[in-house]
Amino acid sequence: MGDLTRLVLKRLGYGLLTLLVVSILIFFAVELLPGDVAEAVLGQGATPETVQAMRDQLGLDRPAVIRYLEWLGGAVTGDFGVSAVSGDPVMRVIGARFVNTLFLAAYAAVIAVPFAIFLGVLVALLRNSVFDRVANVMTLTSISSPEFFLGYILILYLAVKLPLFPAIASLSGDMSFGDLLHRAFLPALTLVLVVTAHMMRMTRAAIINLLASPYIEMARLKGVKPWRVIVKHALPNAWAPIINVVALNLAYLITGVVLVEVVFVYPGIGQALVDAVAKRDFPVVQAASLIFAATFILLNLAADVGAILTNPRLRHPK
Amino acid sequence: MTKKNQELIERIVEGAKKGQISRRDFMNYSAAAGLTVAGATGLWTKQAKAAPQAGGTFRWGIHDGNTGDTHDPGTYVTRTMIFLAHTHRSYLTMINGDGSLGPDLADSWEANEEASQWTFTLNSNASFHSGRPVTANDVVASFNHHRGDASTSAAKALLSDVTDITADGENTVVFSLSGGNADLPWLMTDYHFAICPANDDGTIDWKSGDGSGPYAIDSGEFGVQFSLTKHEGWHGEGAWFDKVEILTLNDPNARQTALVTGDVDAVSQVDVKTMALLERDPNIQVFNIPSAGAITLPMHCDTAPFDNVDVRNALKLSINRDEVIEKIMYGAATKGNDFHHSPAQPYWPDDIPQRDYDPDQAKSLLQKAGMENLTVNLSTADSVTAGAVDMAVLYAEHAKAAGITINVVREPNDGYYSDVWLVKPWTLVSWGARPTPDVMYTLAYKNDAAWNESRWQNERFNELLLQAKAELDESLRAEMYREMAMLARDDGGTVIPFFNNFVYGARANVGTPDELAASWESDGARAASRWWFES
Repeated sequence: MGDLTRLVLKRLGYGLLTLLVVSILIFFAVELLPGDVAEAVLGQGATPETVQAMRDQLGLDRPAVIRYLEWLGGAVTGDFGVSAVSGDPVMRVIGARFVNTLFLAAYAAVIAVPFAIFLGVLVALLRNSVFDRVANVMTLTSISSPEFFLGYILILYLAVKLPLFPAIASLSGDMSFGDLLHRAFLPALTLVLVVTAHMMRMTRAAIINLLASPYIEMARLKGVKPWRVIVKHALPNAWAPIINVVALNLAYLITGVVLVEVVFVYPGIGQALVDAVAKRDFPVVQAASLIFAATFILLNLAADVGAILTNPRLRHPK
Repeated sequence: MTKKNQELIERIVEGAKKGQISRRDFMNYSAAAGLTVAGATGLWTKQAKAAPQAGGTFRWGIHDGNTGDTHDPGTYVTRTMIFLAHTHRSYLTMINGDGSLGPDLADSWEANEEASQWTFTLNSNASFHSGRPVTANDVVASFNHHRGDASTSAAKALLSDVTDITADGENTVVFSLSGGNADLPWLMTDYHFAICPANDDGTIDWKSGDGSGPYAIDSGEFGVQFSLTKHEGWHGEGAWFDKVEILTLNDPNARQTALVTGDVDAVSQVDVKTMALLERDPNIQVFNIPSAGAITLPMHCDTAPFDNVDVRNALKLSINRDEVIEKIMYGAATKGNDFHHSPAQPYWPDDIPQRDYDPDQAKSLLQKAGMENLTVNLSTADSVTAGAVDMAVLYAEHAKAAGITINVVREPNDGYYSDVWLVKPWTLVSWGARPTPDVMYTLAYKNDAAWNESRWQNERFNELLLQAKAELDESLRAEMYREMAMLARDDGGTVIPFFNNFVYGARANVGTPDELAASWESDGARAASRWWFES
């Protein structure tokens, strides 16, 4: 296990370096956008005097590099600064929203991951049957439709025609856990539909790939039942690619759901990021982007560790 | 309408007056008797409606909010904040449902003869949610927040002729102006001028969200939602609901679905594309209110070819306003006449001939100017208003008949108001409603205004503007605004195709007054304190 710890530490080190590069890219990308926070906040109501007054207050007239280094100095000590627009600490602006995003992602993942893997195993078992075809067509259709469209379809059938679930997923602090699950069901279901196909297809492909191996043929010749061949013999060797694609989809559930948030008025971090970009609120953009980048880095790391743990050969490299 | 149906309707109205039938039944029966939904709604509110009832939680979906919003009245920009401000804070005056000016925090106001000094007397019953009474000091501090060099308030320009604001005792505030301004009490309704509690050092405490309005904020998250509870002892009349929930619903579909499924009781904007469909739903009432908001196409009058008045008028003649209103706004607009003064504002001159689509006359004007086959660029972006680019393309088609080529330049949505508006010679702009013609003209048509978007310089117009501003005689004032309208229409550089209507909705069980204010959507942004639930 010593090797594994070293690998994790090394990867975390690279991760920090990646975050630094990301923060530089984000900062200068925001700088490149036309207009600055003063013009964006004042909008149509801007006059040269008020814009200047706001720039003076926010220190926007200083060189970009100095402002970046100041921000970086705060960030390495854990202080992500205050929102340029509202003056509130960044963590307060996006903290609660990030929790909401994690909740929705977890909700969707808890349904989607077991469902997709189970379905993947099932279609591998019944490959080329009618069931296989139908499952493939259904999941591919749902992944090919834009998320907001899926959302509207679900709203139409499950909220308007059949009023089972609320059409808008506005959360408030005093809801019980059951209420939360009920409120957030439609956005979670939308996400499930979006991510299932990818994971299911990868599970199916990885298993079918292995079915041509001699050891599977051996098992079959021994008279092992088909489902047992797949679950006991093929699946353990297929975990690595499956874990990879699961990690990728989990990252997507956290970082790529702004459209679902808009359709269901779900107070997640995606909307906060879009709003912050529109207002050129650099500290908030930066913090949200770093959270997204860190999500990708950590989940990729987790996928690699998972792949190593499920494959003894990788644990003992020659 | 047949006689039989007439009798039927009379019976229904009678039943409603006695409280024997509910609003929903009333709507259904009326439809059976051949009335349209809009007609039946009007009949119900005019004839059959019961007195307002107290109680309930009013869930109000508002169409524009941002995570970056703040409680700072100087940077209010989104509808959510403006509507929230009218719910949890107070203004000195307010615009009533019938368009007249009424008291809010100020009980009464009077001017000296030149209208250069105004005295406002505050309602002594007014109190902040924290419990302390609203005093003249709070008012002075709230206005000083928008003045001075360090102020970042977007309303700074509105107060540029205010030289001094002083408190005279606990309940009297005196505004001294550099010149006369008969409109000052109207100006007080501007959404930035919300009254906040003063700190000891003369600044205001806007961060806490304390106010003296009908509802106090319990909790909230910017760009998401606010929960409010009735402020017992509010100084005004109304506030029938016990609680108010304000939800930011930016997506038009989400807003519409929420209204249809009953997840909210009212929404501040209905998509004009689906307006006709929603009107058919008996559970929903749709309001279509002419407003003073406008779409303008200002041409820089100091830039060729727009420096030639014949070219400007040829372009004004080359737009088919009726078709634009029908196809882009689905009828939810009031025809413009190239002067920025809406029928929803006071002093509107109703006898000015309407300018219509006349490509032949446009052609002859261009001939006179020696500019046949004129080619011009029109800059626009979809963020300006829904359908802005389509509108420009339609205009370009209309103008072809006059031999004019309009190149529609699609600019980036982002930064439109900093990089395109006031910069490019011909743009498409959306203006919110302003309470009086003086405010609008001073803001965007006065020779030295920062936002003189058409760079129009007309001596007579500017002279009249100053005269009318200080004129306390109503009929003289109206006469001046009429002359200014003619000048803007025939010499100015702004094409005004229409004044957009406010189209918003509510569930059928929401009761509303007979007349709805036209200053903002949702009854002048005051639905929370003016509307009620019918049982």
